Amino acid sequence: MSDQTTVPAISSEAAAVDLDHPLLEAIRAGVPGLTGLTIGEERGMVQVQLADACRIADVCDYLKNRAPVPFEMLVDVCGIDYWDSEPRFGLVYNLHCLSTNQRVFLKVRVPSGDPCVPTLTGLWRGADWMEREVFDLFGVRFEGHPDLRKVLTPDDLEGHPLRKDFPLGNVDVWPEGADTNTAR
Amino acid sequence: MAVGGDVPANGDEMVLTSRLDELFDWAINWSRRSSVWPATFGLACCAIEMMASASARFDLSRFGSEVFRASPRQADLMIVAGRVSKKMAPVLRRIYDQMPEPKWVIAMGDCASSGGVFNNYAIVQGVDLIVPVDVYVPGCPPRPEELIYGLMKLQEKIDAQHGVTTALLAPAPDGQAEAA
Repeated sequence: MSDQTTVPAISSEAAAVDLDHPLLEAIRAGVPGLTGLTIGEERGMVQVQLADACRIADVCDYLKNRAPVPFEMLVDVCGIDYWDSEPRFGLVYNLHCLSTNQRVFLKVRVPSGDPCVPTLTGLWRGADWMEREVFDLFGVRFEGHPDLRKVLTPDDLEGHPLRKDFPLGNVDVWPEGADTNTAR
Repeated sequence: MAVGGDVPANGDEMVLTSRLDELFDWAINWSRRSSVWPATFGLACCAIEMMASASARFDLSRFGSEVFRASPRQADLMIVAGRVSKKMAPVLRRIYDQMPEPKWVIAMGDCASSGGVFNNYAIVQGVDLIVPVDVYVPGCPPRPEELIYGLMKLQEKIDAQHGVTTALLAPAPDGQAEAA
């Protein structure tokens, strides 16, 4: 099917840095004062590493509203717990351009002390529940979020289950109305 | 075996009433086990096998159970097919409470029976923590034959029930007669 003979190795590390990527210059020009920006491409998917997590809303604002190829859709917000390295948490924003079918993965790292990044709900209403999910499962706060509550886990469950230090196994927490006493 | 509260003085009468009692028991059990209507409670992949059980190839209707009801008020049996999350637990309990007596529960698959591989914060470790279970059908997922075997086991259980007529003839607890 394909004339490609070598398959790129799957790596847990970031994609190889591409210093000449056109998006790199575009973001630098569009978002002034931005430092620590690297871009790599792996398997046709662009990964943008942003060192300063506080500027995530600015970069997304540029990519959505002012970039030559507008990434108008926020597909997903993912959280990562790197556990034994610092900054401990990672966030991956998956942006999609509907007209050219391009994708960009915006990656930032958040320290474990007080994990907090600016919210994207001002840009995309759909970011609301995505950020609530990351907050629920990883405990990363989103500054300026209108309604930062749990969304998936039971209300009295304490802790954030997708953190690596969350204990494995059952947690004896029941939602109201489960009524476990009458069964046996 | 005594019917109602009064024991007849005549021994022969007692034998006759006992036999009638058992005859009615048999008839009631036969009608109940021959028309076990399940409520659809497909939660995960087991639901696909549950649907296959009702299809022409496996034909659950041979055992009188093909009428899957979307309303718990018309169902006798709840087949919990799949993993139950903690958030789903109150919903499942409420639907069980809405089913009229007599009612039975089949825990279909490993997840519904014991939590299966999902030993974590999100999944109920066996649906018997929420509702009383009559038959456990292991498997991941169980094939339709296994579910049908589980249903046949339930039919055996229904067939073996004693005192059904006595329970039906017994006076209702206080308050329920006026409500009816």
